[in-house]
Amino acid sequence: MNAPLPSASGTAARQAEIVTALSPLLPAHALLWRNEDTVPYECDGLTAYRQKPLLVALPETEAQVAAILKVCHALQVPVVARGAGTGLSGGAMPHAMGVTLSLAKFNKILRIDPLARTASVQCGVRNLALSEAAAPMGLYYAPDPSSQIACTLGGNVAENSGGVHCLKYGLTLHNVLRVRGFTMDGEAIEFGGEALDVPGLDLLSVMVGSEGMLAVITEVLVRLVPKPMIARCIMASFDDVRKAGDAVANIIAAGIIPAGLEMMDRPMTAAVEDFVHAGYDLTAEAILLCESDGTPEEVAEEIARMEAVLAASGATRMEVSADEAQRLKFWSGRKNAFPASGRISPDYMCMDSTIPRKRVADILLAIQEMEKKYQLRCANVFHAGDGNLHPLILFDASDADQLHRCELFGADILETSVAMGGTVTGEHGVGVEKLNSMCVQFSPEERAQMLAVKTAFDPAGLLNPGKVIPTLQRCAEYGRMHVKRGMLAFAEIPRF
Amino acid sequence: MEDMAQQALIDQVKVALATDTPLHVIGHGSKLFYGEAPRGEPLDLTPLSGISSYEPSELVVTVRAGTPLAELEAVLTERNQCLAFEPPLFGGRGTVGGMISAGLAGPARASVGSVRDYVLGATLLNGRAEVLSFGGQVMKNVAGYDVSRLLAGSMGFLGVILEASLKVLPRPAATATLRFDMAQAEALVRLNEWAGKPLPLNASAWWDGALVLRLAGAEAAVAAARKALGGEVIEAGLAAQFWGGLRHQQDEFFIGAERAVEGGAALWRLSLPQTAPPLALPGEQLIEWGGAQRWLTTAQPGAQVRETALRAGGHATLFRARDKSGGVFTPLAPSLMRIHQNLKTAFDPKGIFNPGRLYTSL
Repeated sequence: MNAPLPSASGTAARQAEIVTALSPLLPAHALLWRNEDTVPYECDGLTAYRQKPLLVALPETEAQVAAILKVCHALQVPVVARGAGTGLSGGAMPHAMGVTLSLAKFNKILRIDPLARTASVQCGVRNLALSEAAAPMGLYYAPDPSSQIACTLGGNVAENSGGVHCLKYGLTLHNVLRVRGFTMDGEAIEFGGEALDVPGLDLLSVMVGSEGMLAVITEVLVRLVPKPMIARCIMASFDDVRKAGDAVANIIAAGIIPAGLEMMDRPMTAAVEDFVHAGYDLTAEAILLCESDGTPEEVAEEIARMEAVLAASGATRMEVSADEAQRLKFWSGRKNAFPASGRISPDYMCMDSTIPRKRVADILLAIQEMEKKYQLRCANVFHAGDGNLHPLILFDASDADQLHRCELFGADILETSVAMGGTVTGEHGVGVEKLNSMCVQFSPEERAQMLAVKTAFDPAGLLNPGKVIPTLQRCAEYGRMHVKRGMLAFAEIPRF
Repeated sequence: MEDMAQQALIDQVKVALATDTPLHVIGHGSKLFYGEAPRGEPLDLTPLSGISSYEPSELVVTVRAGTPLAELEAVLTERNQCLAFEPPLFGGRGTVGGMISAGLAGPARASVGSVRDYVLGATLLNGRAEVLSFGGQVMKNVAGYDVSRLLAGSMGFLGVILEASLKVLPRPAATATLRFDMAQAEALVRLNEWAGKPLPLNASAWWDGALVLRLAGAEAAVAAARKALGGEVIEAGLAAQFWGGLRHQQDEFFIGAERAVEGGAALWRLSLPQTAPPLALPGEQLIEWGGAQRWLTTAQPGAQVRETALRAGGHATLFRARDKSGGVFTPLAPSLMRIHQNLKTAFDPKGIFNPGRLYTSL
């Protein structure tokens, strides 16, 4: 990534060389290299960063994947695997001198075993499609990122995707038993297994969330869980974000692990209400959605307990979903936060940091100050139960200065989150977007150790190079100091 | 005080690096029987003790590696929280560092997850004497590779865990224990069927014709499930004793196993798909984790036990034995072994930490 770009004629020659080498391995339609064919692959869900690959390969079989990797390994060609391209951090952004390996054709559910409660799927199966297929058996796949209608399980594994139910049901990591794939030299490999553990190191735990830098995934064995008999949701209003933040902590402190615990601030509520007409309280400074699922008796008990805690925490208005239609209506706004933001602003940039729950109000107040500093608006949705923020910075990308201010605003949020004891990304991944912020969160030695982990899996350094772990030089240029997590001097003093 | 303890460890590692001295990382030494034989000079972690931070409403505790597990659990109990995966304490002893390194979990594991699933972050002293932090204190964190979770079950061969942040959970509001007379094959089918239903199953154990189930969750859920499942209700005090005995391997089965080991047999831990049918292996068997963990006391040759586990879709660990010459952990595929070797070099280039403890060649 740091090498000077080759000349145009050099690039064309390299492209021709790779096309010649890969052509015998794939049908003609599965190899794209003309400009108009590769343009659709130039970015993922993070559209601010674009790069056309030298070529795109669309294998249909594992044998083809292995063969492509072998050739690329021999020719020292970088390979970027890609699922549905819904990622929000540029993890699937192509490499200028590389091959984008689209795994879209690996879209079959291979087997659902209702007794074992597992599903074996190809990596390109959509998250929601799996839950739909398992529904007749009374089962579903728990992690539900908001993009679940489009995102693939292979991509979920690469990003360790979350969703609105992670607090109770865990992240992708906690719901995957085994991944099968190929190392960069084309060798088949499996991490994890059908049993609950494996001999040796638990390599699955680094594979999940490795953003396509350790191996190419083609097949995933996931755990399915029984569908709860019912779910109900409380929508609670607060006239103060601090009270809402405290309510979140109070629910957890009362020994309750809600199935979902989400927060929206007033600007966000206004934006989504205009979009979905769910009847949100537009006067509230913050709205909490607290969900309980399980047996009817269990849910009745938990809802009553949560209502009591919310009331004691100062909720100004509470409504409990009476039926499934109303529950889904409550959620419709939260689930549509992104498109709703798209309606009120030409562009938005979604941040994804996590902070300790108790700092919810602090970060929201800090963000309000940043809005003044950078002269941009920001609406907030928030997986409050697990401290994962999604501030949506509203801007107009056609204005270079706004884009620049937006980037500074975003970096400021991430660095403040780290200083509060959190992390720069909770579920969207580092990709290319948060490379600079990694300089703040990790020391040079820690980054070097991570790079050594990559090298242990991919000695040639060809799988999705340049992502996730910034180089020393990049961090030096960025020029921000490494903040020891939560240990910034005078961390309690507002920095803005 | 604690920082002096940490500095002393760093100094000891630096000396070991300078003199090429292998180190045997040790806490209470309560799991010395587990894994391959320790080699090297002891690196005692017990001075590095204490809870660094604990905030019940964050569901996170950050604790130094040498802290006694019993001490940590007592603090969590005061706030009505727990380590949901029920790590075993052998002889009442064991430290947080040892718990993570061994990666062993107790009866609730199949329902609630493993040690790995509760590690949120760790500070590691690597083989260059660098102090590195990975992960953090928050539930969701995908910044960089999840190195902290890789430490769970690593048998200390990547480096020295100095401190870890663990997710903790509220203790269940209600529990109930039920007992059924049932043959093994039927128990395995039933356990899997029940697990596919929205029941608050928390732990299971089958031994000698009896299946014991633990339910845990909200009062209403446990009461409803109790009614739906039937079986004989075991009185709470007796039930707690039963699950404690199982968790800490002090019950009748494990006492018998230790005796058998003295007589030349071996105690194996078979980790299998939950649906694997009964195994055609002679010996005494205790089944946990809904069928996924099967303890076997047998005098059969190790190769036969390994082969049977492999064919059933899992692996076998020689948990306790006098003769471990056949290897403790199931050998790895060459592609995976290469990654293990590369990771060892990446973290501990001179190979000073717990050499040979996981695999004799590492």
